[in-house]
Amino acid sequence: MAEHDAVKVLDLKGLPCPMPVVKISQEIGSIDVGQVVEVHTTDPGSLADFPAWAKSSGNEIVETKQEEGLIRIFVKRVK
Amino acid sequence: MAVDVATELAELKKKVDEMQPGALPKLSMVVFSGDLDKLIAALIIATGAVAMGMQAVLFFTFWGTAALRDPKVNVGGKDFMSKMFGWMLPKGRGKLKLSNMHMAGMGTAMLKDLMRKKNVPSLDQLFEMAAQLGVQIKVCEMSMDLMGFKREELIDYPNKEFCGVATFLADAKESSVQLFI
Repeated sequence: MAEHDAVKVLDLKGLPCPMPVVKISQEIGSIDVGQVVEVHTTDPGSLADFPAWAKSSGNEIVETKQEEGLIRIFVKRVK
Repeated sequence: MAVDVATELAELKKKVDEMQPGALPKLSMVVFSGDLDKLIAALIIATGAVAMGMQAVLFFTFWGTAALRDPKVNVGGKDFMSKMFGWMLPKGRGKLKLSNMHMAGMGTAMLKDLMRKKNVPSLDQLFEMAAQLGVQIKVCEMSMDLMGFKREELIDYPNKEFCGVATFLADAKESSVQLFI
Protein backbone atom coordinates (compact mmCIF):
# COMPACT_ATOMS: atom_id res chain seq x y z
CA MET A 1 0.00 0.00 0.00
CA ALA A 2 1.43 3.35 -1.03
CA GLU A 3 1.91 5.92 1.71
CA HIS A 4 -0.92 8.43 1.87
CA ASP A 5 -2.59 6.31 -0.84
CA ALA A 6 -0.45 8.05 -3.48
CA VAL A 7 -1.77 7.14 -6.91
CA LYS A 8 1.50 7.81 -8.69
CA VAL A 9 5.16 8.70 -8.24
CA LEU A 10 6.66 11.68 -9.99
CA ASP A 11 10.39 11.18 -10.40
CA LEU A 12 12.15 14.57 -10.48
CA LYS A 13 15.53 13.38 -9.23
CA GLY A 14 18.47 15.41 -10.54
CA LEU A 15 16.32 18.29 -11.76
CA PRO A 16 17.18 21.71 -10.30
CA CYS A 17 15.13 24.90 -10.06
CA PRO A 18 12.77 25.74 -11.76
CA MET A 19 11.97 22.24 -13.03
CA PRO A 20 10.43 20.70 -9.87
CA VAL A 21 7.63 23.30 -9.57
CA VAL A 22 7.13 23.44 -13.34
CA LYS A 23 6.71 19.64 -13.44
CA ILE A 24 4.36 19.41 -10.44
CA SER A 25 2.21 22.21 -11.84
CA GLN A 26 1.92 20.27 -15.10
CA GLU A 27 1.35 16.88 -13.47
CA ILE A 28 -1.12 17.82 -10.76
CA GLY A 29 -3.86 17.98 -13.40
CA SER A 30 -3.30 14.30 -14.25
CA ILE A 31 -4.69 13.12 -10.90
CA ASP A 32 -8.19 13.65 -9.55
CA VAL A 33 -9.14 16.13 -6.84
CA GLY A 34 -8.51 14.48 -3.48
CA GLN A 35 -5.82 12.15 -4.81
CA VAL A 36 -2.17 12.28 -3.77
CA VAL A 37 0.98 12.21 -5.89
CA GLU A 38 4.35 11.25 -4.42
CA VAL A 39 7.18 13.46 -5.67
CA HIS A 40 10.82 12.35 -5.55
CA THR A 41 13.31 15.21 -5.76
CA THR A 42 16.96 15.82 -4.97
CA ASP A 43 16.65 19.63 -5.08
CA PRO A 44 16.87 21.06 -1.52
CA GLY A 45 15.14 24.23 -2.79
CA SER A 46 12.00 22.14 -3.21
CA LEU A 47 11.61 22.03 0.58
CA ALA A 48 10.67 25.72 0.48
CA ASP A 49 9.30 25.85 -3.06
CA PHE A 50 6.69 23.11 -2.83
CA PRO A 51 4.85 24.66 0.15
CA ALA A 52 5.04 28.05 -1.62
CA TRP A 53 3.68 26.53 -4.82
CA ALA A 54 0.94 24.67 -2.93
CA LYS A 55 -0.15 27.82 -1.12
CA SER A 56 -0.24 29.80 -4.34
CA SER A 57 -1.97 27.13 -6.43
CA GLY A 58 -4.40 26.09 -3.70
CA ASN A 59 -3.14 22.54 -3.23
CA GLU A 60 -1.84 20.75 -0.16
CA ILE A 61 1.45 19.25 0.97
CA VAL A 62 0.41 16.23 3.00
CA GLU A 63 3.87 15.25 4.18
CA THR A 64 7.54 15.86 3.40
CA LYS A 65 10.12 13.18 4.12
CA GLN A 66 13.83 13.87 4.02
CA GLU A 67 15.87 10.76 3.47
CA GLU A 68 19.49 10.07 2.58
CA GLY A 69 19.95 11.89 -0.73
CA LEU A 70 16.22 11.98 -1.47
CA ILE A 71 13.31 14.22 -0.59
CA ARG A 72 9.83 12.74 -0.86
CA ILE A 73 6.91 15.15 -0.96
CA PHE A 74 3.29 14.01 -0.90
CA VAL A 75 1.07 16.46 -2.75
CA LYS A 76 -2.69 16.35 -2.58
CA ARG A 77 -4.72 17.91 -5.37
CA VAL A 78 -7.32 20.13 -3.72
CA LYS A 79 -8.70 21.93 -6.76
CA MET B 1 -34.15 38.19 -10.07
CA ALA B 2 -31.25 35.75 -9.95
CA VAL B 3 -29.89 37.22 -13.17
CA ASP B 4 -29.96 40.72 -11.67
CA VAL B 5 -27.96 39.64 -8.69
CA ALA B 6 -25.41 37.99 -10.95
CA THR B 7 -24.99 41.12 -13.10
CA GLU B 8 -24.74 43.35 -10.08
CA LEU B 9 -22.16 41.06 -8.56
CA ALA B 10 -20.14 41.12 -11.77
CA GLU B 11 -20.24 44.90 -11.88
CA LEU B 12 -19.24 45.14 -8.26
CA LYS B 13 -16.37 42.76 -8.84
CA LYS B 14 -15.22 44.86 -11.79
CA LYS B 15 -15.24 47.97 -9.63
CA VAL B 16 -13.29 46.26 -6.88
CA ASP B 17 -10.74 45.04 -9.43
CA GLU B 18 -10.34 48.58 -10.73
CA MET B 19 -9.74 49.86 -7.23
CA GLN B 20 -7.05 47.28 -6.64
CA PRO B 21 -4.34 47.73 -9.24
CA GLY B 22 -1.82 44.94 -9.12
CA ALA B 23 -4.32 42.43 -7.83
CA LEU B 24 -4.06 39.89 -10.66
CA PRO B 25 -1.86 36.83 -10.23
CA LYS B 26 0.38 38.05 -13.02
CA LEU B 27 4.06 38.79 -13.59
CA SER B 28 5.20 41.66 -15.82
CA MET B 29 8.92 41.83 -16.34
CA VAL B 30 11.07 44.22 -18.34
CA VAL B 31 13.99 42.40 -19.96
CA PHE B 32 16.33 45.32 -20.61
CA SER B 33 19.57 43.40 -20.33
CA GLY B 34 21.13 41.33 -23.07
CA ASP B 35 23.41 39.41 -20.71
CA LEU B 36 23.23 35.63 -20.68
CA ASP B 37 23.01 35.26 -16.90
CA LYS B 38 20.26 37.86 -16.60
CA LEU B 39 18.26 36.25 -19.42
CA ILE B 40 18.51 32.88 -17.67
CA ALA B 41 17.21 34.45 -14.45
CA ALA B 42 14.37 36.19 -16.32
CA LEU B 43 13.25 32.96 -18.00
CA ILE B 44 13.48 30.91 -14.80
CA ILE B 45 11.31 33.45 -12.97
CA ALA B 46 8.80 33.60 -15.84
CA THR B 47 8.43 29.81 -16.17
CA GLY B 48 8.26 29.54 -12.38
CA ALA B 49 5.48 32.13 -12.34
CA VAL B 50 3.37 30.05 -14.72
CA ALA B 51 4.02 27.01 -12.53
CA MET B 52 2.65 29.06 -9.61
CA GLY B 53 -0.55 29.57 -11.57
CA MET B 54 0.31 33.09 -12.70
CA GLN B 55 0.27 34.72 -16.10
CA ALA B 56 3.70 35.88 -17.26
CA VAL B 57 4.59 38.63 -19.72
CA LEU B 58 8.16 39.53 -20.69
CA PHE B 59 8.84 42.92 -22.27
CA PHE B 60 12.02 42.88 -24.28
CA THR B 61 13.61 46.27 -24.72
CA PHE B 62 17.06 47.76 -25.54
CA TRP B 63 19.83 45.12 -25.31
CA GLY B 64 17.27 42.45 -24.53
CA THR B 65 15.91 42.53 -28.09
CA ALA B 66 19.22 41.15 -29.45
CA ALA B 67 18.53 37.94 -27.52
CA LEU B 68 15.45 37.41 -29.69
CA ARG B 69 17.33 37.51 -33.00
CA ASP B 70 17.24 34.39 -35.12
CA PRO B 71 20.83 33.49 -36.08
CA LYS B 72 19.60 31.74 -39.23
CA VAL B 73 17.85 34.79 -40.68
CA ASN B 74 19.65 37.43 -42.72
CA VAL B 75 17.75 40.48 -43.85
CA GLY B 76 18.95 43.02 -46.34
CA GLY B 77 18.00 46.60 -47.02
CA LYS B 78 19.53 48.08 -43.86
CA ASP B 79 21.21 51.47 -43.65
CA PHE B 80 24.82 51.85 -42.49
CA MET B 81 24.09 52.36 -38.76
CA SER B 82 21.65 49.44 -38.64
CA LYS B 83 24.23 47.22 -40.29
CA MET B 84 26.83 48.31 -37.72
CA PHE B 85 24.49 47.60 -34.83
CA GLY B 86 23.52 44.29 -36.34
CA TRP B 87 27.15 43.39 -36.65
CA MET B 88 28.17 44.48 -33.16
CA LEU B 89 25.25 43.08 -31.16
CA PRO B 90 24.90 39.37 -30.41
CA LYS B 91 22.96 37.53 -33.09
CA GLY B 92 20.59 35.56 -30.94
CA ARG B 93 20.60 34.04 -27.46
CA GLY B 94 23.38 31.60 -28.36
CA LYS B 95 25.82 34.49 -28.62
CA LEU B 96 25.06 36.20 -25.31
CA LYS B 97 27.83 36.83 -22.79
CA LEU B 98 27.89 36.75 -19.01
CA SER B 99 27.52 40.11 -17.25
CA ASN B 100 30.42 39.07 -15.06
CA MET B 101 33.45 36.83 -15.56
CA HIS B 102 33.01 36.53 -19.32
CA MET B 103 36.82 36.44 -19.60
CA ALA B 104 37.01 36.58 -23.40
CA GLY B 105 34.51 33.75 -23.69
CA MET B 106 36.14 31.34 -21.26
CA GLY B 107 33.88 32.18 -18.33
CA THR B 108 30.72 31.96 -20.45
CA ALA B 109 31.77 28.58 -21.90
CA MET B 110 32.56 27.32 -18.40
CA LEU B 111 29.18 28.39 -17.06
CA LYS B 112 27.34 26.69 -19.94
CA ASP B 113 29.34 23.53 -19.30
CA LEU B 114 28.61 23.70 -15.57
CA MET B 115 24.89 24.18 -16.25
CA ARG B 116 24.88 21.08 -18.46
CA LYS B 117 26.64 19.04 -15.76
CA LYS B 118 24.25 20.23 -13.07
CA ASN B 119 21.20 19.67 -15.23
CA VAL B 120 20.19 23.34 -15.15
CA PRO B 121 18.06 23.98 -18.25
CA SER B 122 19.91 25.93 -20.95
CA LEU B 123 18.58 29.22 -22.28
CA ASP B 124 17.36 27.35 -25.39
CA GLN B 125 15.45 24.86 -23.23
CA LEU B 126 14.06 27.69 -21.10
CA PHE B 127 12.72 29.50 -24.18
CA GLU B 128 11.15 26.27 -25.41
CA MET B 129 9.55 25.68 -22.02
CA ALA B 130 8.35 29.28 -21.81
CA ALA B 131 6.65 28.90 -25.20
CA GLN B 132 4.96 25.67 -24.09
CA LEU B 133 3.79 27.20 -20.82
CA GLY B 134 2.34 30.25 -22.56
CA VAL B 135 4.76 32.90 -21.31
CA GLN B 136 4.03 35.95 -23.46
CA ILE B 137 6.79 37.91 -25.14
CA LYS B 138 6.22 41.54 -26.05
CA VAL B 139 8.89 43.45 -27.91
CA CYS B 140 9.53 47.16 -27.69
CA GLU B 141 8.98 48.62 -31.14
CA MET B 142 11.18 51.64 -30.43
CA SER B 143 14.17 49.49 -29.47
CA MET B 144 13.74 47.43 -32.64
CA ASP B 145 13.88 50.62 -34.65
CA LEU B 146 16.81 52.02 -32.68
CA MET B 147 18.91 48.87 -33.06
CA GLY B 148 17.86 48.59 -36.67
CA PHE B 149 16.29 45.15 -36.19
CA LYS B 150 13.51 44.05 -38.50
CA ARG B 151 10.60 41.93 -37.32
CA GLU B 152 11.53 39.15 -39.75
CA GLU B 153 14.88 38.61 -38.06
CA LEU B 154 13.41 37.68 -34.68
CA ILE B 155 12.79 34.08 -33.59
CA ASP B 156 9.47 32.36 -34.08
CA TYR B 157 7.68 32.45 -30.77
CA PRO B 158 4.00 31.92 -30.03
CA ASN B 159 2.26 34.97 -28.56
CA LYS B 160 5.04 37.31 -29.69
CA GLU B 161 3.80 40.86 -29.98
CA PHE B 162 5.27 44.27 -30.79
CA CYS B 163 4.28 47.18 -28.63
CA GLY B 164 5.23 50.36 -26.80
CA VAL B 165 5.48 51.56 -23.23
CA ALA B 166 1.71 51.89 -22.77
CA THR B 167 1.21 48.17 -23.30
CA PHE B 168 3.82 47.40 -20.68
CA LEU B 169 2.28 49.82 -18.19
CA ALA B 170 -1.22 48.47 -18.77
CA ASP B 171 0.09 44.97 -18.06
CA ALA B 172 2.25 46.08 -15.14
CA LYS B 173 -0.58 48.00 -13.51
CA GLU B 174 -2.76 44.94 -13.16
CA SER B 175 0.10 42.63 -12.20
CA SER B 176 0.88 41.73 -8.62
CA VAL B 177 4.54 41.21 -9.51
CA GLN B 178 6.60 43.63 -11.61
CA LEU B 179 10.29 43.21 -12.24
CA PHE B 180 13.07 44.86 -14.23
CA ILE B 181 16.09 42.89 -15.33
